[in-house]
Amino acid sequence: MTDEFKTQILSVSDLTNRIKLSLEQRFSRISVIGEISNFKSHISGHWYFNLKDSDAVLNCTMWRGFNNQVFFTPQIGMKVIVNGKLTVYPPRGNYQLDVRSMQPAGVGELHEAFEKLKQKLDQEGLFDEEHKKPVPSYPNKIGIVTAIDGAAFEDMISVAKRRYPIAEIVIAPARVQGSGAAATIVQSLKQLNRLNDIDLIIIGRGGGSIEDLWAFNEEIVARAIFKSKIPVISGVGHEIDFTISDFVADLRAPTPSVAMELATPDKNDIFVFISQFSYNATSLMKNIIEDINSKFHRIVNSYAFRYPSDLVKRREQEIDFLISGLLKEAGNKILGIKNRVTILTKSLELYNTKKILERGFVLVKQNSFFVTRAAKYNKGEPANLQFSDGTIKVHS
Amino acid sequence: MTKKKSKINFEENLARLEEISNLLESQEIGLEEAISIFEEGIKLSKLCASTLKKAELKITELTKELSNISPLEDED
Repeated sequence: MTDEFKTQILSVSDLTNRIKLSLEQRFSRISVIGEISNFKSHISGHWYFNLKDSDAVLNCTMWRGFNNQVFFTPQIGMKVIVNGKLTVYPPRGNYQLDVRSMQPAGVGELHEAFEKLKQKLDQEGLFDEEHKKPVPSYPNKIGIVTAIDGAAFEDMISVAKRRYPIAEIVIAPARVQGSGAAATIVQSLKQLNRLNDIDLIIIGRGGGSIEDLWAFNEEIVARAIFKSKIPVISGVGHEIDFTISDFVADLRAPTPSVAMELATPDKNDIFVFISQFSYNATSLMKNIIEDINSKFHRIVNSYAFRYPSDLVKRREQEIDFLISGLLKEAGNKILGIKNRVTILTKSLELYNTKKILERGFVLVKQNSFFVTRAAKYNKGEPANLQFSDGTIKVHS
Repeated sequence: MTKKKSKINFEENLARLEEISNLLESQEIGLEEAISIFEEGIKLSKLCASTLKKAELKITELTKELSNISPLEDED
């Protein structure tokens, strides 16, 4: 046998245990800086990830109890500083870092993470105009997602009171910074969406550092805003602060107070509108009445309106004419009838005379008079003797 | 309940005022109809003004509203 094999022969467990002891003792409290890769947040809440640099990779675990304290969600590519202890896991023969705390390697890391996420979500289309919903002009119920004890909430309430007290405010409390804040924001957004009658949601908080505002840069918050069926106005921090929430929201406000101003109409404007209406409507009404009045007078005075009376006068005249015509005609007719009666009477008389003469009587006429008595006969005068068949002249 | 009603109709009321104003201006409206919508408009504008004047901002917390909830949809 060679010299190699003369040294103590260890079992696998033995060796591993020795390694374990050694490493765990040596690296019981260390801080490591590295870039996050392969990040996975398990359903259990535990985080599993790798830290790497150009030459090496380190497996890491962060139990839920610890990662709850981290104010941001690690993104792949982000450089972080972790504190923890090294552990060796014999059954698998590997080592890992049990991370107790984590922070970004510098503020720059957060900025970079911000840019990365912004790009990613932008490419997915979460910021697109076409997905932005219009904000109602006269919301009846406004939901607010913010810290219930925060200044932002107070500010928003006073703006609403001043401008549009008709609205009803529903506060869905959330934590707006620190670990776990993002999850509470998401929860509140979801719950407001489950109500039937919320017209508009405002999410917001007061000013702070990038770490303070970080919850509003988290991916889960961005996605929850995008998913919201109710329009969302985002009013986070100060005017210069832009968060991912601002880009996804349907409308961005520079501050929470402005967010409430955008959400509400000003009641003074409404009062002005109402009084303008009264004024306008009254004068329009006057115009209409004037208009109809003058139309009426025009009509009454026009020839077309007077014409009927002229027409009637003409017609009356015509009737008179007709009547007189009728009378004349009637008169003529009557006259005619009279004449005929006279003629008929005369002829009747004549007829009767003829019959008498035929019986042998004679009509004696002297000087055109009929002689009806012998005493009246004048022997000295000529006479006409009318027989039924002729007349004889008798000389005196 | 009347407060709720006039709140819900507030936007509709203002829109109606606009509509009435346009109708009165259009000159294509008969006298009787004009009078009727004019009266309606004046009544409505008084109602809106008084609703607005008397309104007090109402604030409720979410937990109390949860009785109003609609059935759970996709929970992720």
